[in-house]
Amino acid sequence: MKKIEVIGISSKYEDLRVLEDISLYTDERELVSILGPSGCGKSTLFNIISGLIKPETGRVLIEDREYTGKPGRVSYMHQKDLLFPWRTIRDNVCIPLVIRGEGIEKARASVDKYFPVFGLEGFQDKYPSQLSGGMRQRAALLRTYMFKSDIMLLDEPFGGLDAITRRKMQEWLLQVIERLGSTILFITHDIDEAIFLSDRIYIFTERPASVSRVFTVDIERPRGSKTFTSDRFNRLKESILELL
Amino acid sequence: MLKPRLGAGLWMNRLVNAWSNREIGLQLVAGLILIALWEAGVRLGNVPDFILPAPSQVVVSLVKSFPVIAGHTRITLYEAMVGFVIAVVLSFVLAFVMDGVPVIKKALYPILVISQTIPIITVAPLFVIWFGYGLLPKVIVVTLVCFFPMVVSFMGGLQSVDKDMYDLLKSMGASRMQIFRLLKLPGALPSLFSGMKISAAYSIMGAVIGEWLGARAGLGEFMRRSMHSFAVDKTFAAIIVITVLSLGVFEIIKLLEGWFMPWAKYAARQEE
Repeated sequence: MKKIEVIGISSKYEDLRVLEDISLYTDERELVSILGPSGCGKSTLFNIISGLIKPETGRVLIEDREYTGKPGRVSYMHQKDLLFPWRTIRDNVCIPLVIRGEGIEKARASVDKYFPVFGLEGFQDKYPSQLSGGMRQRAALLRTYMFKSDIMLLDEPFGGLDAITRRKMQEWLLQVIERLGSTILFITHDIDEAIFLSDRIYIFTERPASVSRVFTVDIERPRGSKTFTSDRFNRLKESILELL
Repeated sequence: MLKPRLGAGLWMNRLVNAWSNREIGLQLVAGLILIALWEAGVRLGNVPDFILPAPSQVVVSLVKSFPVIAGHTRITLYEAMVGFVIAVVLSFVLAFVMDGVPVIKKALYPILVISQTIPIITVAPLFVIWFGYGLLPKVIVVTLVCFFPMVVSFMGGLQSVDKDMYDLLKSMGASRMQIFRLLKLPGALPSLFSGMKISAAYSIMGAVIGEWLGARAGLGEFMRRSMHSFAVDKTFAAIIVITVLSLGVFEIIKLLEGWFMPWAKYAARQEE
């Protein structure tokens, strides 16, 4: 059984063809990246998978069940942290639970145990504006995780961070998902990031986006800063660069 | 969190801080020079009291008639507060409805804007004719004056909601009511409070206008009576009280703002 399966998705925005016959899948606990130029319609694909918009043609299956155009099954994290400035970090993380109908006190109690896992211990009562960009992305990821923990769509989550923070966050993300066991679909236009994080990489073409090739990243885990300079990493990077 | 402690100590602290930060140094000096010029002009020019009293005379008159003025002040303040609270509730409800039902907004918004082009001073006498010399006509004037800035700013706040945050809540399956409570209302608080600050300061003026056009008591009536008996020093004394009251209610709303929006001070610090 595939965790997420996307079959023959095409989509238009007004008269513009955005997605052209996209098919992809992820297995349970896999991290799969979608790598392609900015503005090629990757975010549209995420909106379709999360059920926010309907595709022109094609289907979205999650654990073999039909989820085309049905929101609420997967969680979705944007490049912007979208933390509400008027809520503390804890209360921001509580939002998915509150929407589900839990009382705020109960929600607070149930999110607290995740703060150490996400490296946010001690920041519960801070407001988002008191945190650095990297910490805010951690909080946003925790909130995403609180909504649906088994499948997360991450849309360039580190795109707005500086290079050093981004590198740290990538290593942090690998450690966290190792513990969480989530299935992750990850959008990026950073080749290094895609190779470092992923089990498999789908390369998208320019608009209208279609899958030009799929790479399997056969670099053993756990990965660390040495991964970036390994032979396999460089060989893979070379063949992706040739393609783009 | 901002502690709502009012009192002489706080004001002294602020004054001293502002002075040491050289914030109000210039204003204070400029103000003092103006007052000194006024005093000198009146004394040297032998200007009669009933044309323009000297600042020192105004202060003396304020102290002397303070018991009388205090009684009128209480009435004016009461009218202003009642009218202001009604305006807050009305504008809140109307902004909520106009935000939720676009048809109502389309129908009412132009009428609201046009209503603001009618000078309040021309319709206020009508309220006296219709409702007499009591509390009601003043409250109506205050409400009319306060209502518009609040409804406009509050609705603006509700409508300028962050689209991505909205989509995020939608994707989590939030209901319209949840989106209002979690996103729209707190997001609109800053604009709500800036509208409230303006309106609170206006509320005193509204009450005075209402009284001026017909009342048994209140600062406006006191001023009108003083003018008619050429006691211009008392009129000026009342003006001082009105200014202090307007600034006072403005500051109270500012305190409430800090209390309701504890996050704002961090956000402001970050922008610096």
